[in-house]
Amino acid sequence: MIKFDAKIPEGPLTEKWSIHKRSVKLVNPANKTKLDIILVGTGLAGAAAASSLGELGYNVKAFCFQDTPRRAHSVAAQGGINAAKNYRNDGDSVYRLFYDVIKGGDFRAREANVYRAAEVSNQTIDQLVAAGVPFAREYSGYLDNRSFGGVQVSRTFYAKGQTGQQCLLGAYSGMMRQVAKGKVTMYSRRDMLDLVVIDGKARGIITRNLVTGEIERHAGHCVVLATGGYGTIYYLSTLAVGSNVSAAWAAHKKGALFANPSFIQIHPTSIPQLNDYQAKLTLMSESLRNDGRIWVPKKKGDARAANDIPEDERDYYLERRYPAFGNLVPRDVASRAAKERCDAGYGVGKTGLSVYLDFKDAIKKQGKKAIENKYGNLFELYYKITGDNPYEVPMRIYPAGHYTMGGLWVDYNLMTTIEGLYAIGEANFSDHGANRLGAGSLMQCSGEGYFILPVTIGDYLADEIKTPRISTDHPEFEKAEKEVKEKIDKLMAINGKQTPTTFHKRLGKIMWDYCGMARNEKGLQKAMIMVQELEEEFWKDLKVSDSAKELNQELEKAGHVVDFFGIAKLMIQDALNRKESCGAHFREESQTPDGEAKRIHSEYSYVAIWEYLGEDKPHTLHKEPLVFENVELKERSYK
Amino acid sequence: MNITLEIWRQKDAKSKGKFVIYKLNDVSEEMSFLEMLDFLNNTLISKGESPVAFDHDCREGICGSCGLYINGWAHGPAHLTTTCELRMTKFKDGDKITIEPWRSKAFPVIKDLIVDRSVFDKIMQAGGFISANSGAAPEANSIPIPKDNADAAFDAAVCIGCGACVAACKNSSAMLFVSAKISQFALLPQGKTEAKERARKMVAKMDEVGFGNCTNTGSCETRCPKGLKLTHIAKMNREFITAKIVAEKST
Repeated sequence: MIKFDAKIPEGPLTEKWSIHKRSVKLVNPANKTKLDIILVGTGLAGAAAASSLGELGYNVKAFCFQDTPRRAHSVAAQGGINAAKNYRNDGDSVYRLFYDVIKGGDFRAREANVYRAAEVSNQTIDQLVAAGVPFAREYSGYLDNRSFGGVQVSRTFYAKGQTGQQCLLGAYSGMMRQVAKGKVTMYSRRDMLDLVVIDGKARGIITRNLVTGEIERHAGHCVVLATGGYGTIYYLSTLAVGSNVSAAWAAHKKGALFANPSFIQIHPTSIPQLNDYQAKLTLMSESLRNDGRIWVPKKKGDARAANDIPEDERDYYLERRYPAFGNLVPRDVASRAAKERCDAGYGVGKTGLSVYLDFKDAIKKQGKKAIENKYGNLFELYYKITGDNPYEVPMRIYPAGHYTMGGLWVDYNLMTTIEGLYAIGEANFSDHGANRLGAGSLMQCSGEGYFILPVTIGDYLADEIKTPRISTDHPEFEKAEKEVKEKIDKLMAINGKQTPTTFHKRLGKIMWDYCGMARNEKGLQKAMIMVQELEEEFWKDLKVSDSAKELNQELEKAGHVVDFFGIAKLMIQDALNRKESCGAHFREESQTPDGEAKRIHSEYSYVAIWEYLGEDKPHTLHKEPLVFENVELKERSYK
Repeated sequence: MNITLEIWRQKDAKSKGKFVIYKLNDVSEEMSFLEMLDFLNNTLISKGESPVAFDHDCREGICGSCGLYINGWAHGPAHLTTTCELRMTKFKDGDKITIEPWRSKAFPVIKDLIVDRSVFDKIMQAGGFISANSGAAPEANSIPIPKDNADAAFDAAVCIGCGACVAACKNSSAMLFVSAKISQFALLPQGKTEAKERARKMVAKMDEVGFGNCTNTGSCETRCPKGLKLTHIAKMNREFITAKIVAEKST
């Protein structure tokens, strides 16, 4: 059995990080230059870590599957990044940010980690501004803030609807500076296919060079995974189509426990699916909900055009159900409410699977110019895709798979259960509990990359200064490489009829229908059988064109789908185990009489941590109890 | 609709490429351009042929991965649109569509429609950053920045690094890409200190890696999917020339 220890420092919540920082071991500058760090994934968390670790003097080898780090999907985060600066004097504080994240996550995250995330958020904004990130400013020249995603203070920093792009490019610039200095070596167009563990410690990775097809070995004193989330499990999601779980899953199979895999956020405001060819869904920032009003017709199956439906025949269902927060309820609540209306037959559009997001009143009140200033680029994006002009007719939106709160289990140092293997950013599970608040993702990624990992990694590497450079000739590298090659050969040899995408689409549909916005025991059990059957079919009827010795995008996809089957089964097992509703995880059996999620704190106040025991075997469950010493557990009410 | 595609096929960097004609039927108006290519690839695979390789990732116009030369236009016929944002509504039944990779000496073809744009990273490494180590930053509001400057810096910062400017330019010049970064940082007090040195180094690297010069035809501006303006190039030239003058004075 794999042991785990969260290693939360002693002391009061507000002091833990300071206490920890002054007690961790340090590595002297001369020794840092002898230590190699492998870093996989170069989005905001990875790029921020690469630049910071390079500055410290470590040798960083960074890997990404894209052609350059600037393309990682952090680039698509729209709304903003939270920090507890309290520039608006509206009563914000580190504690309040911490509390909002804990409550927003439905009390399923670790207090100490979340408090630290809130604590470093201010320094992160300082860092990003210094790096040249052009955040929005007021006429005074000071930074502007907006209110965002289910909180009542204005603490969100933003750069129009492109905050993620600007933060990522800031971190990427810093990383490029370290590449020039020779401290970071960039390996792009590489897919990590396995983790190499030697004597219990993470010592390297096996990659496939996506241009030549060559299988390569890379060694280091430790390995950091910043490989993002697996929202693409649903096939159609707001993620980049290349996002995948394979690196994290390889680590999981080698002994890194996986936490809360079924906690996956469904974003309420995406452009609905238009046709069967569609490759992805496009997100419309939830900042739109600050001014847009969500409604459906009061009459079932009303086929009239939106503008022909008079005011008193519209059901502004969020305002009706949640008068205190209205259209600004958190993502999980908004998504479920949309599903509820559509399932009941009130949905709009050709498929009946969408609701209106209407700016008519906002335009009337504030003028078209003001709305254009705030959302111009989003309206344009919407128009390009749908051909509808949101200044004149309401947008149509529907929820879509978006963000995985679950991920590799990490301790307070962000280390997984494999010694020397770290997970940062969306790849880990640590900060968002069962539901992530808007503008929390960029905050976590940059905080961990710039300020947390560079401290905690030293504590481990201090004991590695006498370890000579790791050789890739070690038998464990040999073995991992051989396994990877066998797996590729096996995929190439099936020679069936269906493409990897066909299987991915079918898997996605099963997961969306039974392990998406709402789950129940019967459905989940059915889904498990369906996934297993589909997986069997995959190994009999997969077709991968061309050869493995060249650039082969079909082979890349096939490899990812194999691991999607693994995480799909684990998500279902996790969702079956958690018989309560909490955050994004809604078990239909556990709801209040008026249809709200019902948490069962007495039984499920724990992190569900899963251990891999082998292909075709169910995972074993471990529990990390969640202890709340600083917040009072409350029903999460937005009414 | 039924269309005819003329697509550049090239096995790898060393092989010689050629155009291949494909007839594609039952294309839906609702498809995006890349979904149409997915559809083509599906039919090719089912016939036992090799699918067309092309770069793409976010499919919402922000990552900069995609970039195809469509009927003689970088990113196709639509204005302010990346290839992944282009919809098939822009085409009609019976159309012939020619699809090529970016053509530039500095962007060698890797396979089919995929090119190697890593020289953009090299230019960034030469100076496309503000040298602010993690932890050394002052409090974010300690340096107010006039809103006009911040907005102008943002307008320069929206570049997605797709390379359409280079592909559209008859000289294969990367000046729009380089000048946008130089402008962004020069407009911010944080980036001012290194502005001249940055301009000098980035321009030198741009010349070294094989991009051509600017002759002010403005094709880059018209094809940039993010609407970056030629004025950035003027700004870059100003930084670059003053950097030269300062360098000459000090020698």
